[in-house]
Amino acid sequence: MSVSAVVDQPSTRSPVRRWLFVSAAVVVWFTLYQLNLRWWNWFVFELVGLEPDTRLGGSVHFFFYDITKIALLLTGVIFVVTVLRSFMSVERTRALLGGRREGVGNVFAAGLGVVTPFCSCSAVPAFIGFVAAGVPLGVTLSFLIASPLVNEVAIVLLFGLFGWKVTALYIVGGMVIAIVAGAVLGRLRLERWVEPFVFETRLRGKVIDPSAGLSWDDRLLMAREEVVSILRKIWPYLLVGIGLGAAIHGWLPADWFAAHATGWWGVPLAVVIGVPLYSNAAGVLPLVEALHDKGLPMGTVLAFMMSVVALSTPEMILLRRVLKPKLIATYFGVVAVSILCIGFLFNLVI
Amino acid sequence: MDIKILGSGCAKCQTLERVTHEAVDQLGLEAEYEKVTDPGEIASWGVMATPALVIDDEVVVSGRVPTVEDIKRMLTAR
Repeated sequence: MSVSAVVDQPSTRSPVRRWLFVSAAVVVWFTLYQLNLRWWNWFVFELVGLEPDTRLGGSVHFFFYDITKIALLLTGVIFVVTVLRSFMSVERTRALLGGRREGVGNVFAAGLGVVTPFCSCSAVPAFIGFVAAGVPLGVTLSFLIASPLVNEVAIVLLFGLFGWKVTALYIVGGMVIAIVAGAVLGRLRLERWVEPFVFETRLRGKVIDPSAGLSWDDRLLMAREEVVSILRKIWPYLLVGIGLGAAIHGWLPADWFAAHATGWWGVPLAVVIGVPLYSNAAGVLPLVEALHDKGLPMGTVLAFMMSVVALSTPEMILLRRVLKPKLIATYFGVVAVSILCIGFLFNLVI
Repeated sequence: MDIKILGSGCAKCQTLERVTHEAVDQLGLEAEYEKVTDPGEIASWGVMATPALVIDDEVVVSGRVPTVEDIKRMLTAR
């Protein structure tokens, strides 16, 4: 056939060169990460001559140091996680969830929500695909809650900014929310508030698994593209988040929150403010870091972050295609209450 | 040849559309294009991660944007 002559053969780059290139990138990454603080200390305080103890000096240093650190963390993490996740897919997750009953199913769904590559822009087809294939409603919702709440970006940034204890608490807390909220919503028998066409959808055609048949070059290429596309999508959030964080860092007196916001109402207020805000973990974490530096309790801070990432208005508008408003309201309510409880609990524990 | 691009308008869906056009043009093939944005219809193809590419009523890619060369291979393999 004549056309086949035009098609290049699959890439035959030698594995040695590929892995040498990857190792070089790893070395460059670690060097930059190590030099970040020293470089900005020198640049802001020595070269530009700002004083570290002044408001302006503190803010400017925080801004540049943080933006470099977070950009490096995000690049590294998204790359590695995309490669790992290229072995997993929504199709596999559904196959693993099919036939699970509620309870165990919710636990599985929350765990798979963390590791499955999933974009909230696919929430609707995935919802229909799960429900039409017989995955129970509550189990499906556990997956949809866990996926944005406990994701790789949140985990690594938390680890980079707060250490492993806070990260572990966050992961466990987020999983518990996804499991409990999904189980509660499942128990309420809300199938009548799902648009009827979902149950009538017939799945045709054979399912293809996107994770199958990829070469290492494919996976590395996908990872590079994912880094570019995520950074392109979130940089405005990142700038605003780090800018606000820097202003708080420089201008708000230390322990301001410790003096003004330790009452029980801190957590509900954080959730009320967090819900209408729409951002992702990358945008909200610099702000979270600055708030916590100024003495806002960890539970309150994490409740704020969870309500920003887990309850997003754009996703709800998408889900309105398949869920009636009553179910969306219930979903919001149950998740918000779960976040409240986790926030109170963390404030008690930490 | 009948080509459908499944996706609800995310950035990657537009990339997939562009890449597919490129592959078809490079091979000098004739194709009818259709953009499927309705989530119900997307789901009915068994697709749960967009964007997805359907060639002659068969899903060939889902959840990622392949390279032009990949698509050319899919088009000629038929």
